[in-house]
Amino acid sequence: MLETFVGRLALDRPGMVASGIMDETGASMARMLDSGAGAVVTKSIGLAPSPGHRNPTFTEVKGGFVNAMGLPNPGIDLFGEEMEIAVRKGKIVGSVFGKDPAEFSELAGRMEDYGACAVELNLSCPHAKGYGMEVGVDPALVKSIVAAAKSSVSVPVWAKLTPNTHILGEIASAVSDAGGDAIVAINTLKAMVISPEFAAPFLSNRFGGLSGPAVRSVGVRAVYDIRSAVDLPIVGVGGISDWRDAAQYIMAGACAFQVGSAIASKGVNVFEAINRDLEDFMRSFGYSSIRDMEGAAHE
Amino acid sequence: MSDFVKILGATRESHDTMTFEFRWDEKASPGQFVMVWVPGMEEVPMSLSRTNRIKSITVKAIGDDTRRLHELRLGDSLRVRGPYGRGFSLKKGVETLAIGGGAGTAAIMPAVKEIGADVIIGARTEADVIMDDLASKYSKNVWISTDDGSRGFRGNAVQLMREKAAEKSYGMVLACGPEVMLRGVLGACSELGLDCQLSMERHMKCGAGLCGCCVIDGQRVCKDGPVFTGEQAARMPEFGSKRRDEAGRLVGAR
Repeated sequence: MLETFVGRLALDRPGMVASGIMDETGASMARMLDSGAGAVVTKSIGLAPSPGHRNPTFTEVKGGFVNAMGLPNPGIDLFGEEMEIAVRKGKIVGSVFGKDPAEFSELAGRMEDYGACAVELNLSCPHAKGYGMEVGVDPALVKSIVAAAKSSVSVPVWAKLTPNTHILGEIASAVSDAGGDAIVAINTLKAMVISPEFAAPFLSNRFGGLSGPAVRSVGVRAVYDIRSAVDLPIVGVGGISDWRDAAQYIMAGACAFQVGSAIASKGVNVFEAINRDLEDFMRSFGYSSIRDMEGAAHE
Repeated sequence: MSDFVKILGATRESHDTMTFEFRWDEKASPGQFVMVWVPGMEEVPMSLSRTNRIKSITVKAIGDDTRRLHELRLGDSLRVRGPYGRGFSLKKGVETLAIGGGAGTAAIMPAVKEIGADVIIGARTEADVIMDDLASKYSKNVWISTDDGSRGFRGNAVQLMREKAAEKSYGMVLACGPEVMLRGVLGACSELGLDCQLSMERHMKCGAGLCGCCVIDGQRVCKDGPVFTGEQAARMPEFGSKRRDEAGRLVGAR
């Protein structure tokens, strides 16, 4: 009942681990697959190893978390060892970040070589200079990045988009024009936390990204808008912690969803609970499949 | 959750270690930790050395950030978030031996206070022994080992533990200290058939179980730990041999 398709990629369960959460090592990813996730999206990997930003990189706020990890990662060469462990356990989506189409193309190819079932392009991280959102809000650049990634792999290419723009529809169209296979939305909302006692920003990077329940309604709206703008499969992400949150994204137009922050608030077993409760809801309300529910809130 | 607290007490424990007290109403249990920060330093995880309403952290000055903390004076503000992680599981009535190595001694103090366990404090020299007075307040048996024999038993804490475990039958061993010591405690306990709980350490970022940078073989030190049982530790090939650096690369344990 919960099986779904993101384009041509079949998933037994619709919930995936969002990029950046418990997905930097092979053993962590294997553990999340065991706990009921349909797939795990890796930490975003770049060409070279990077320690990311200095601590403080994370804090709780009302309604969620603000983080500025700054894309820490071991680099694509070393990440092969982690992928080798993880892909034996289930479906792994390789998330990559680059500064230009050539880097994205190279990284996407490497992820496919490692056995990723799809590649997710990080066009949306709000706290890394020269990467993520900084390349992901220019439709022309997005188009060339997606096209470059498409040319180097045969697995599906997903574009993870940022809500920190007023031209989300145009960016989604750019993904579609370039032959992208799916859109993932949303990444975190660019945010800031100030410590009044010290009259100073808390995060070492000053700016970070807001995640958790506070962003869910923004994400649901973004998915609804994207569904109206383009005819591509959508993976919904942002503030999902229970079946009701997941159902909102699906009814806005998503065929699958990702969970991040709730892994901290609800624990690694959050997927089991969502899967069970979503199935109960579908039974009581007469939905026979995820496909049946997809976009139900559109007229 | 996160809060700003004021320093109510600053006590020198040794030539390089100080304890800072603050009032913080957040409920905490022995073995839990907080992330602490003041402007100009990197935020770092610190075990609580007191877990009542008045809480404390005990800081050994080993780098720029911990030296910055040593500049704190009475009335200064400190940002703490947490408390995080799974602490020690304590049972009154079970004969317990708590072992602290170096600065790790601070992390076992709340457990010693709660159940009055016997204590071994291991240090390099007499000058590095901390909190033995405090331990003696809560416990009848406090033993000290120093590597150079300048105070107490000459040798390491694991060797002393083997002696004490031969004299008395313990139902549980708790330990916090350098990983080589923890590895030794685990080895000795499995040989002697003793249950143990070990408080571990890794580089942390979020502290809250999200980012996954502090994992040992897929187990998050910040959320699944920092205290792991001997059985859990025995299933961790990386424990005592490998750790992840800030970029997530697997490197040799320090």
